[in-house]
Amino acid sequence: MPLLDVGSLTVEYHARRGNVRAVDNVSFSLEKGEILGVVGESGSGKSTLGLSLIRQIPPPGAIMNGNIKLDGKSVLSLQKEQMRLVRGRRIAFVFQDPMTSLSPVKNIKDHFLELLKTHEPNLTEAEALGRAKNILNVLGISPERMKDYPHQFSGGMRQRIMMGLGIALNPDLVIADEPTTALDVIVQAKILDLLKKLRDTYGMALILITHDLSIALERCDEIIVMYAGQIVERAKSKDIQESPDHPYTQGLMRSIPNIELADQKLVAIPGSPPNLLNLPKGCRFNPRCPYAMPYCQNATPLLEVEPQHFVRCFLYGG
Amino acid sequence: MKKIRRGILGRLIPGLSSLTKRGAAGWITIIGLVLVVSIVLMTLLAPWISPHNPIAIDSTHVASPPSAEYPLGTNQVGQDMLSRLFWGGGTMLQVALLSVLICVMIGLPIGLLSSYAGGNLDKASSLVMDSIYAFPGLVLAIAIAATLGRGVVNMAISIGVVYVPSYFRVVRSQVLTIKELTYTEAAKAAGARRRTILGRYILPNVLPSVVVVATVNFADAILTAAGLTFIGLGVEKSIPDWGYDLTDGRALLASGAWWVITFPGIMIVLLALGFTLIGEGLSEILNPRLEQ
Repeated sequence: MPLLDVGSLTVEYHARRGNVRAVDNVSFSLEKGEILGVVGESGSGKSTLGLSLIRQIPPPGAIMNGNIKLDGKSVLSLQKEQMRLVRGRRIAFVFQDPMTSLSPVKNIKDHFLELLKTHEPNLTEAEALGRAKNILNVLGISPERMKDYPHQFSGGMRQRIMMGLGIALNPDLVIADEPTTALDVIVQAKILDLLKKLRDTYGMALILITHDLSIALERCDEIIVMYAGQIVERAKSKDIQESPDHPYTQGLMRSIPNIELADQKLVAIPGSPPNLLNLPKGCRFNPRCPYAMPYCQNATPLLEVEPQHFVRCFLYGG
Repeated sequence: MKKIRRGILGRLIPGLSSLTKRGAAGWITIIGLVLVVSIVLMTLLAPWISPHNPIAIDSTHVASPPSAEYPLGTNQVGQDMLSRLFWGGGTMLQVALLSVLICVMIGLPIGLLSSYAGGNLDKASSLVMDSIYAFPGLVLAIAIAATLGRGVVNMAISIGVVYVPSYFRVVRSQVLTIKELTYTEAAKAAGARRRTILGRYILPNVLPSVVVVATVNFADAILTAAGLTFIGLGVEKSIPDWGYDLTDGRALLASGAWWVITFPGIMIVLLALGFTLIGEGLSEILNPRLEQ
């Protein structure tokens, strides 16, 4: 049984100008200890997908359809209080912005102690402190800085602290929403190494939400490419590396710099993502697709072109 | 040297000395604090430092100008104005303190809850608060005080009602911002209870603004309390009060007895000024965007 099983999940925002389907019929599953990359442009629904897994979509958003199963048990049918216990304890969420994700009036110790005591009320202060110290050591932050406040840390350190808070309760799944977007490349590499190290040490599964396909290719076992709320390609990352099938994925691949091909030109995908209130007919990528054909005006199914390699494109049949 | 770390006072004292390093805003706060603290001390020590009984009547010195025996003169019934000056702030300070407490205790929780919950609760409480806010403050305070009658508590209530909306508005607008911030979202995503989010994440981040509103409220409450006493809605006439002395002094001013109205008037101005300066200074110091 997979750790997480998401089936035809659909999330809509009921905006004044109409219903926006930010996540459309998304299905995937995740094994224990696996790293899944969710790649897409801003507005492709990847963050909404992440938030819907902990049922924390901001209003006016709502999960309209589908199911989410954690260890075979439905997450969507949980009561509010049971859901609260899942958050943090079983599924942790690491937010995008390291600058505002820690409360400015609480020091690091308070952040850790509060989290630990909320979920493990029997823990003594000394035990909780010990655990926090261990985590800080793993993160490469001196435990002496426990009494420092968020503004006394750099962005990269804050991001590490947030990850530490994420893994503090040893959850089964950590969802990291653009954990490195606000950081420079060197810190970015360190954070991603740290995530992998934490995965190896604590054995939790990881969903890495990013707009950077190269990061996902490098760090993830499996990749979901999202476009306008839909999965357009889903495969093992080495399969995507070797043969990206969807024209959108191919476009993303061509826009990654490659030092081995010195005179390679980077190609941008022409156009911009569609307005979710006014989607193109049929395949949502067809107005920007170099291979578009009249048949693309029809609704495209997600096809399994190879074992475990799914593509939403008529070039591969259907 | 051992560091003082325990207790509120232990934390406040190092905080006070740091005010000198905060530039003009720090000094403004210090001047305000000095004014307020010295007036409060003067009022507390009044029984020991007053040369005369503030309500004792000396019929041989009626409305007499400042002299060696009566340094600030006497009023129309022959009471010593210096002693009345020492005693006369007590009611005002009590009323101001109590009204600020009332405001914080009502405005803060309502603002927090309604703004965090949103929806109809928020709409209803905003409507009520805005309708109170629409009244001219002093007129409303007079109306309530006239209905409730004299007394420290009644004055505090009438002033409190007028200022609750100020707290409500400030708290509400802050909560609307803070509840959208990532750290609140992150706390929720980590399984924090609602009361934890409200009490430990939102409240501490709202408090600086509440402190600023409270000091401004103090100044306003002093003036309103003086106003209520001036028109006879304050405490019993037998209790010395700057507000009553203003009333008496106004009548005497025409006959040339300037000393009866001048000194209590100055005291009221200084006290209100002190609180205003603290408020101005703190609002600059506590606003992180204005730092450096």
